[in-house]
Amino acid sequence: MENITNIQVIQNIVYIVSSVMFILGIKMLGKEATAVKGNYLSALAMFSAVGVTCLSLEIDLKIILAGILFGGLIGSIIALKVKMTAIPEMVALFNGFGGLATFLIAWSSFNEPSNSVFQHVLIMLTIYIGGITFSGSLIAYGKLSEKLKLGKGSIITNIFISFFYLSMPALIYVIAEPSISQFVPQVPSYFLIFLGITLIAGIGFVMPIGGGDMPVVISLLNSLSGIAAAFAGLLLLNNVLIVAGSLVGASGLILTIIMAKAMNRTITNILFVGYASSAQSGAAEEQGEVKPITADDAYLILENASSVLVVPGYGMAVAQAQHVVREMGELLEENGTEVKYGIHPVAGRMPGHMNVLLAEANVSYDLLAEPDDVNPSMDTIDVAIVIGANDVVNPSATEEEGSPIYGMPIIEVHNAKTVFVLKRSMSSGFAGVQNPLFFKENTRMLFGDAKESIGQIVAEFKD
Amino acid sequence: MEMYILLGFVLLLSIFLGLELISKVPSTLHTPLMSGANAISGIALVGALMLSSAGQMQDILAFGAILFASINVFGGYLVTNRMLSMFKKK
Repeated sequence: MENITNIQVIQNIVYIVSSVMFILGIKMLGKEATAVKGNYLSALAMFSAVGVTCLSLEIDLKIILAGILFGGLIGSIIALKVKMTAIPEMVALFNGFGGLATFLIAWSSFNEPSNSVFQHVLIMLTIYIGGITFSGSLIAYGKLSEKLKLGKGSIITNIFISFFYLSMPALIYVIAEPSISQFVPQVPSYFLIFLGITLIAGIGFVMPIGGGDMPVVISLLNSLSGIAAAFAGLLLLNNVLIVAGSLVGASGLILTIIMAKAMNRTITNILFVGYASSAQSGAAEEQGEVKPITADDAYLILENASSVLVVPGYGMAVAQAQHVVREMGELLEENGTEVKYGIHPVAGRMPGHMNVLLAEANVSYDLLAEPDDVNPSMDTIDVAIVIGANDVVNPSATEEEGSPIYGMPIIEVHNAKTVFVLKRSMSSGFAGVQNPLFFKENTRMLFGDAKESIGQIVAEFKD
Repeated sequence: MEMYILLGFVLLLSIFLGLELISKVPSTLHTPLMSGANAISGIALVGALMLSSAGQMQDILAFGAILFASINVFGGYLVTNRMLSMFKKK
């Protein structure tokens, strides 16, 4: 008996040390200079917490070793093989697996005899959050990797959405079940039905949300996986689970709020309304002549420019143009041009998506600027090159009240002396709003694949 | 019950601490922060290891929880490290 308590004391001390390391680790992760060390520190915290837990085990050691080795191998292979452009869906997938783990933990706890009322409530909450995180993340994975095309409006989506709404009363029922089972007719195997509803609800939660809103959804799912872990910690009376889970929950929440602010929308609007229902009012008919330009002419203008601002968007990721963009940037700098990159927080499909892509292409991160840094001096920029971005440079957001995106902070490229817009066609952006930028006096459209267009400019520079 | 109240207290304090710690993150680090936090949510592995073993069903659930949490932990940390190693100042 004494032996067991000793082990528990050691475990709790190590858990406290781990918690401190997690806290410091995530703090360091938020600063450029210390981010790498922060990640190592948090990995060390994980290693210690897992290691000390292994001092007292009830499960067969074979199962544990098989699970960790197999899981570790799969995770490592995915992490090392994945292309940097596939990072958003990879993060979504890993996140889903974390949610699934908490879901299974709570399921296993439910099978234990004699849970107290409070434990019962925690089990149901953990299952609900973990399950929604899991299936929601899988749908986010499908959407980000473009394997899943179903969106808002289709009948299948609506069926899943109704399950999402059904899941809320179902959650209340299963939480109350032990207390009301004498008064209402019992539903046989209600627990298994609840497991199923939860998983389907997660699909209905994410399915109607469009690609451009994915940065918000990923951050939110990230937050939920942390909260699920924290609830599992309450359930198992384990403090390191609570601390680490809460930290993840908080950091995901902050990112969610930052993303929502960058779109000037509330989180509920993003999750449950979307652009489609509000877009009708906006699409004002102010067409005009667009002025196309060839890569040759673009080169001549760029050659004489003294400052260039590159504004990338999701289109750059799709075209995989980040490497030629970096090459063009370097050639411009050799030519004596000042080059900066204007990065909008929600450009792309996850928070910081453009930063990762440009970092992969070896663009120094001190060249990357946020909208607030570049907007005040925009009128001194000779050429702003918009690569596959649309809504984040739409002047309607500042000029046209009543536009669905009015009030969203944008990169005000229309104030630059000349704007090149690299685009495949004239289709509107994710928000479905026409972009008056294309018709502005100082705008030139360079139609075609961004990678090819920039490749041509680069070739001209080399000649 | 006192135990739950105490741990609930820990939960609330940790959330506030987390909100304070990461309220000002440069946008360059948004993805690594998210991915790093994602790896930390693999702490569910500790929970999975604490499960008890009683019968085949419980073993299967425990194995699943350990497996998926491990994928989350290993994959999350490695991908974050890979990403951070690309961020260089020239």
